[in-house]
Amino acid sequence: MADQDFRTCSITGLKVHLPAANLIMANAVAAVVLLLIGGLAAAGVALTRLPSIHLLPADWFYRILTLHGLAMLIAWIIFFEMAGLYLGASVLLNARIAAPKMAWLQFILMVVGVLLIAAMVLTGQADVMFTSYPPLKAHPLYYLGVILFAVGALIGCFVFFGTLYKARKEGTYPHGSFPLVTFGLACAAMIAIATLLHGAAIYIPTLLWSLGLMGMDESAYRLVWWALGHSSQQINVAAMISVWYLVGTLSVGMKPISQKLCRTAFVLYVLFINVASEHHILVDPVFSNAHKIWNTGYVMHLAVLASMIHALAVPAGIEVALRKKGYTSGLFEWLKKAPWSNPAFSAIMLSIFGFGFMGGITGVTFGSEQVNITVHNTWRITGHFHATVVFGTTLAFMGVTYYVLPLIFRREVLGMGFAKLQPWFFGIGMLLQSGGMMLAGAYGIPRRHWDIVNFGGSPFSFAWDPTAYMWLGVFGIGALLATIGGAIYILVTVGTILFGKKLA
Amino acid sequence: MSISVPEKVWWKPIDKEEKIWLAIAIIWMVISFVWMPIYHYIGKQNPSSESYKAPREQFEQLMNDFVQKYQVKDANGAPVVINDIPVVHPPAGGDAYLVGAGWKWTPILELEKGKTYRIHLSSFDFQHGFSLYPLNINYMAIPGQDYVITVTPTTSGEFPILCNEFCGIGHHTMVGKLIVK
Repeated sequence: MADQDFRTCSITGLKVHLPAANLIMANAVAAVVLLLIGGLAAAGVALTRLPSIHLLPADWFYRILTLHGLAMLIAWIIFFEMAGLYLGASVLLNARIAAPKMAWLQFILMVVGVLLIAAMVLTGQADVMFTSYPPLKAHPLYYLGVILFAVGALIGCFVFFGTLYKARKEGTYPHGSFPLVTFGLACAAMIAIATLLHGAAIYIPTLLWSLGLMGMDESAYRLVWWALGHSSQQINVAAMISVWYLVGTLSVGMKPISQKLCRTAFVLYVLFINVASEHHILVDPVFSNAHKIWNTGYVMHLAVLASMIHALAVPAGIEVALRKKGYTSGLFEWLKKAPWSNPAFSAIMLSIFGFGFMGGITGVTFGSEQVNITVHNTWRITGHFHATVVFGTTLAFMGVTYYVLPLIFRREVLGMGFAKLQPWFFGIGMLLQSGGMMLAGAYGIPRRHWDIVNFGGSPFSFAWDPTAYMWLGVFGIGALLATIGGAIYILVTVGTILFGKKLA
Repeated sequence: MSISVPEKVWWKPIDKEEKIWLAIAIIWMVISFVWMPIYHYIGKQNPSSESYKAPREQFEQLMNDFVQKYQVKDANGAPVVINDIPVVHPPAGGDAYLVGAGWKWTPILELEKGKTYRIHLSSFDFQHGFSLYPLNINYMAIPGQDYVITVTPTTSGEFPILCNEFCGIGHHTMVGKLIVK
């Protein structure tokens, strides 16, 4: 092992493999750039959905909405997860990254994929939304872009497992099981591989279909696409919970209360989350009720059980750690004296709240047959997944960035005063935004809709219950606060990387 | 610590608090799971699973016959249309057809309160989302599929049907109407 390839971290004492650190930085920078693009698109979408502003024309609204979904849900999150996988496998285990050239191929393929997707969407050749339900058809290069991106991510997962294997073989960490964070990330990577294979199973035929080489069955597309579309969100869940444990450890010295319970919960995700994605097709023709009930009732609840376990284990771990610091008076002194001014800590606490109480609970209820009839494709769905993926995952990833900057980029965080406020702006913003969406959606406001006031001049136009407009207003205030939070995050991150004080 | 290797033997019995929580969670999961199929049988508002493959030509034939046969006539015997869309009064207890196509819901169905109908939902172009306001009932209309939804209207009035699945640039103009007498 060439020791000159390593440096020892002055803060954690971990040995950092420099090629791994470069890969982590490259992927993290790409993630933040895409968050900026997706964030600008988000502002365009939000300002158009507010009837009083109605900023974009219809064609650009649908185009920018397509871009927003892809830039955020796919690009920002998966680039960040690639950085997380390399960190969990290499840095936490003091190991060399396996096959760094393959890892760079991952990065290049994902960048090329994103560029193709963005070029096709922005030139108006892929006005198909994130889901690209046929017979809506995009330019073949759009589907090729998604495939290249997915192949890149798949390579990243294999590099991750290769690194774990190498670390074990070379004995770079004390003999025993993997650390919990690495274990959680390994589960995320396993879900990712299953998910990306579903992606191949749907996007390769769709590419051939767009080239006119084969037919396409709309219902089969929906079934297989959602095995990608929903399961990929479970990669985020597993990665986000790993980040909760990581930040909990770094910020308050949290210990998992029971390794057995936490690890079992991660395994439940791997086993049951993929089939549970069928709640997306509960109000579809073709599939039988027995089939729908089995997948969304039985299988989904086993995955929910995993979330219930983490819902106890994560806050309990944090509470125990803080009580050990001496904050033992009463029930809540530990909560009062917690390090709220540490942006990483406040970010994960808000993320836990948002994901669990808003995103998780709505997700489980929306996944039942009877509730699903009343929520399908309304704004309630959009509100639900903004609570999980943005309030939950994105905020957790923002939080861990405040550790990645000093530990991997070796820069002191610039503008710490603003950084301390950032999770609060973003978290409270997302609370109001997702809440506003869900409640407006409860009055029937549809998702993916350009004109809920005049319906583009349709002779059948009608007026909504006025209460819906109040929730639209709440959505608008939330979107504004979240945009401020997002802007601070990007300014702090970019400012730190470019101008932050170098750490020895 | 979550970022370091755990002690050698970590597969240990869990504490009482965790056992209680786990028991609550499992009981809740079991109740949720059992309740879903039970409600499917005792509940009155469930997703339908009756559907058939229906190529456009066949479905179009059935629908044209349906409109011709049951279109509402005014006092002079002229067929009634609203905004160019035929108004059709299906026989109580019979079949009715509803299609999303060209950013329109066709025809306008006129149902009777308290009577049961089998509505055949389909699409001739893209995937559409049938969304009935203000009841907020949502179903997918998929090209090539005949989705049969059995309904018994309980409230009379005129209800907008909008499309809530993106179906191209005119998606937001896709509003229709359902009349219950």
